[in-house]
Amino acid sequence: MYSEKVMDHFNHPRNVGEIEDPSGVGTVGNAKCGDIMRMYLDIDDNGIIQEAKFKTFGCGAAIATSSMATELVKGKTVQEALEVTNKAVMEALDGLPPVKVHCSLLAEEAIHAALWDYAKKNGIVIEGLKEPVSDIEERVDAE
Amino acid sequence: MEKLIYLDNAATTQVYPEVFEEMKPYFTEYYGNPSSVYQFAQESKNKVERAREEIAEMLNAKPEEIYFTGGGSESDNWALVATAETYAKKGKHIITSKIEHHAILHTCEYLESRGYEVTYLDVDENGLIDLEQLKKSIREDTILISIMSANNEIGTIQPIAEIGKIAKEHEIFFHTDAVQAFGHIPIDVEEMRIDMLSASGHKIHGPKGIGFLYIRKNVRIGAFIHGGSQERGKRAGTHNVPGIVGLAAAAKIAKENLESNIKYETKLRDYAISRIENEIPFAVLSGHRTKRLPNNIHFCFRFIEGESMLILLDQAGICGSSGSACTSGSLDPSHVLLAIGRPHEIAHGSLRLTLSEKNTKEEIDKVVDELKKIIERLRSMSPLYEDYLKKEKANV
Repeated sequence: MYSEKVMDHFNHPRNVGEIEDPSGVGTVGNAKCGDIMRMYLDIDDNGIIQEAKFKTFGCGAAIATSSMATELVKGKTVQEALEVTNKAVMEALDGLPPVKVHCSLLAEEAIHAALWDYAKKNGIVIEGLKEPVSDIEERVDAE
Repeated sequence: MEKLIYLDNAATTQVYPEVFEEMKPYFTEYYGNPSSVYQFAQESKNKVERAREEIAEMLNAKPEEIYFTGGGSESDNWALVATAETYAKKGKHIITSKIEHHAILHTCEYLESRGYEVTYLDVDENGLIDLEQLKKSIREDTILISIMSANNEIGTIQPIAEIGKIAKEHEIFFHTDAVQAFGHIPIDVEEMRIDMLSASGHKIHGPKGIGFLYIRKNVRIGAFIHGGSQERGKRAGTHNVPGIVGLAAAAKIAKENLESNIKYETKLRDYAISRIENEIPFAVLSGHRTKRLPNNIHFCFRFIEGESMLILLDQAGICGSSGSACTSGSLDPSHVLLAIGRPHEIAHGSLRLTLSEKNTKEEIDKVVDELKKIIERLRSMSPLYEDYLKKEKANV
């Protein structure tokens, strides 16, 4: 049911772990729906993401999308990271089964949540970044 | 590739090679339609009737009370819908439980949409219904009680004889979905006062697409599938002769080995349960410890999600299952686990392993060893586990 890329990222997830004193950290999803993603970002003074780490409670797709999301934001500026959408994550994984699309939304949301935390800590405004919803289901339902 | 370890016998079983051998001639040699007049079809007809006798004997029923169907789900649908329709004048109230198979629950929802009322009995933390609640739920207009013999997810066995007695006392029909129980534990429709019973072939090493509904003589329900005079006019459709032969052959083997299988599987089951409980932290057994199917092992592992666990087990050559939301495409965890009071996040980490008598201790050892590694790995990636450890540290 999963593409080879999804299986690769599930079996060999990139960037699993935590960052001590991260520039930004965000947790999205809820245990009720069965997926929780936490993303840690280390952002340098030039606003470039030096390091991204994650921890995820969830299915194969949730783990693979988290892994891919961290890969996609690494080395990018904050503004560029904001453009890593759920579609970009899905495409990079060669697609997801329809019932797993919400996992890619969760990955996008996790990036936003970590960036929001970074912006708040530093008292800056990131253009185009909205306060992330804490419960991903609200967004899935809205779409 | 290493040998496959198959631990999903509640999903389906291997057709025994000897069962398949018995079926074969009824595809290619005796392919006659049992309803035909000529001599050639007699062999098929006789074989179907012998199969009916064998199954009836196994349940302490009469042959004319066994009706072959397309499987367990059809039997469940038929029992509920036809009873509701036939006895609507007497009343429109049905009692069932919250942990039934969807073949029962969705049929009840359908009946509710047609003006029937359904009471869904609660279950305790072990998955057992409360007989007092059952008694209190009975009304003047109650026409049917439908309670499964044993649960397909957590393996809990209900007090079937007691339910039958209560139903009899109140002159209400009692149907039981015995798809997981038939051929696995002893069932006697007289002793247990069962009026209708659903069973399936492929859960007992018989073929898929065949099952039966036992209907006690005094239950006068009509047909569910219309279009022919087969099965005493109650179930139309050309007899699935090879299927019926396979079902009866599998049932016969199940009957002969019932005691030894129960003994062997119970021992293996309890060995697996004790190894998991002793060696894997935060593992919660689901279902009753002793009133459970001999072949059922069901755990919830905290801080992890079931589908990830299944994929990793699959990669190790192990077939198991999970009531996990992700595998079913819905976001809610199993209705059975929620009914026994498991919180969502724990219910998501469920694993069901179901044995056959062909499984060995060596296989169980390998599975538990793999499971330990898999769970440790998934927990190391879990934010819930991270939070738990931090909380523990803060409390010290």
